[in-house]
Amino acid sequence: MRYALRKVGLFALTLWAAVTLNFLLPRMMPGSPADAAIARLSQNGPVTDETRAAVEAQLGVPDGNILQQYLAYLDQVIHLDFGISYAFYPEPVSGLVATALPYTIVLVGTVTVIAFILGTLLGVLAAWRRGTWLDALPTVGGSFMNTFPYFWTSLLLLFFLGYVAHLFPTFGAYSATAVPGISWDFFVDILYHAALPAVTLLITSLGGWIIGMRNAMINTLGEDYVTFAEANGIGGRTVALRYAARNAILPNLTGFGLALGGVVGGSILVEQVFGYPGIGFLLFNAVIGQDYPLMQALFLMITVSVLVANLLVDILYGVLDPRTRR
Amino acid sequence: MSENTTRASSPSPVGHRPHPAVEALRGGLRAIWGNRKARIGMILLALFILVALLAPLLAPYAPKDNSFDRNLGASAQHWLGTTAAGEDVLSQLIHGARISVIVGFGAGSISTLIAVLIGLTWGYITGFAADVVNFVVNLFLVIPGLPLMIVIATYLQNGGISVIIAVIAITGWAWGARVLRSQTSTLRNRDFVQSAKFSGERAPRIIFREILPNMTSIIAGGFFGSATAAILAEAGLEFLGLGDSSIVSWGTMLYWAQNSNALLTGQWALLFAPGLCIALLATSLTLINFGVDGISNPRLREGSTGR
Repeated sequence: MRYALRKVGLFALTLWAAVTLNFLLPRMMPGSPADAAIARLSQNGPVTDETRAAVEAQLGVPDGNILQQYLAYLDQVIHLDFGISYAFYPEPVSGLVATALPYTIVLVGTVTVIAFILGTLLGVLAAWRRGTWLDALPTVGGSFMNTFPYFWTSLLLLFFLGYVAHLFPTFGAYSATAVPGISWDFFVDILYHAALPAVTLLITSLGGWIIGMRNAMINTLGEDYVTFAEANGIGGRTVALRYAARNAILPNLTGFGLALGGVVGGSILVEQVFGYPGIGFLLFNAVIGQDYPLMQALFLMITVSVLVANLLVDILYGVLDPRTRR
Repeated sequence: MSENTTRASSPSPVGHRPHPAVEALRGGLRAIWGNRKARIGMILLALFILVALLAPLLAPYAPKDNSFDRNLGASAQHWLGTTAAGEDVLSQLIHGARISVIVGFGAGSISTLIAVLIGLTWGYITGFAADVVNFVVNLFLVIPGLPLMIVIATYLQNGGISVIIAVIAITGWAWGARVLRSQTSTLRNRDFVQSAKFSGERAPRIIFREILPNMTSIIAGGFFGSATAAILAEAGLEFLGLGDSSIVSWGTMLYWAQNSNALLTGQWALLFAPGLCIALLATSLTLINFGVDGISNPRLREGSTGR
């Protein structure tokens, strides 16, 4: 219990530091949103002082000293009020984020869980049947797929299955003609549009889980207690799953927790290629449109979700591996 | 550890004996070379480095020479066709190797160095100091790499390749440090560390002379891992148009390909080649890792049954 409390305390501290960093980051960088907007305006001719004042008022240039700005920022964060988006003016940032979030969580979350389970099982199998094709195929294939740049896999699948073969839609989360709502047709349409991004994410993330589990498993298979269990005549499958895999999965669980935390921000490139309206695509649009309020809110949210996942993994790890509690 | 003792006892002419570190490196390379997968990786990597070094000699045209017809398919003059701006794709591909190799090795070594220094110290110490380090590393770990890189790159529009290397290194070391920490804290309670401690060894010596050699494979694996990640991250940033889009790299090639609708004009070579190169370069590093794993972890060695 003390272990968990200490972790929660650290979590609160880290949360504060992350929120503060998000405040400081844009202030450490050269230039400001208003300067950037004015620089773009000045390409069309001289900018008057009135125009400058209007731009600054519109973009909500912070006033007061840095402490007042910081307090105002904390107040905003607590109320989840991140202001008005520049790129999607006059939409509030929080509304845009709320619309995009479910797409990413369902798509990337599902794929992450599937990839972890499938990859871990294949890893156990590869280590257990070491030296056979059951080892060679997933290990070599997995490590090769693992090195594919996400966006390239996306581009190729989109090109061959979308543009050339016309098997899958090439853009968006649902057809332009579909009626959003709770209906079977809409559900199928959503799945159809999510198929290619999901396959891309699965292809590129599966290999890591296979290799990680295989190598951890090979280590535990060499431990004395495994040899002892085998010497006692315990069946091969029982030794593999109940003795070796149970211990080998620990390092992979850390990775899984962090991967779950990374779900929110982990698919920027894939979403950009497929025009899938999730958090990643929103961040891309914010970056392209130099939409600083939106960018800051998204960055904060992506950070906080990883932070929460990290806390849960730490606590879980303490339960599963008593050695770390020391 | 056992590697060192066996090598020290191998016969070699006294007086001409190379420095122990050189000998260890040579032994390590030989061990990696002995692994079939790693051998393929090393040949592949050497090929890419060679292409990067000799790019001006190998490329048929200058990478930015846009005097050709646009959107050409493959032909004898242009093996991979031309871009929408009328540049030779093959020449761009060959020159693009330079950026990826530089970014991979540059960012990979910097982040590995940080990971080793912080990870090992963190794993050895306990109590309040460990919590402070935990706090700092967690902070770096929770800030997701790609989004942070994107945000910084947006503020520093066209910062150049050194900015990209710095950003990738700073955002990339925390994971390695965490892995090294957990390994160190397991080793911390092993007998050889305890006996070193009781015989009065000082902490830095225990950490870097007793514990470190047991983690060669993890550290080397971490280096190749972060080099791979750096290559992919750089390509991703360039693909989003956040790097310096005037340089010729595999990432910018894909960026211009997507922006000039290569998907619609059907120039599959332009889409296929740069990504394949990124994947192959990254694969070569991963393959080498198979051999590296075998050096200090005999259980992972090829041919050993592991049981």
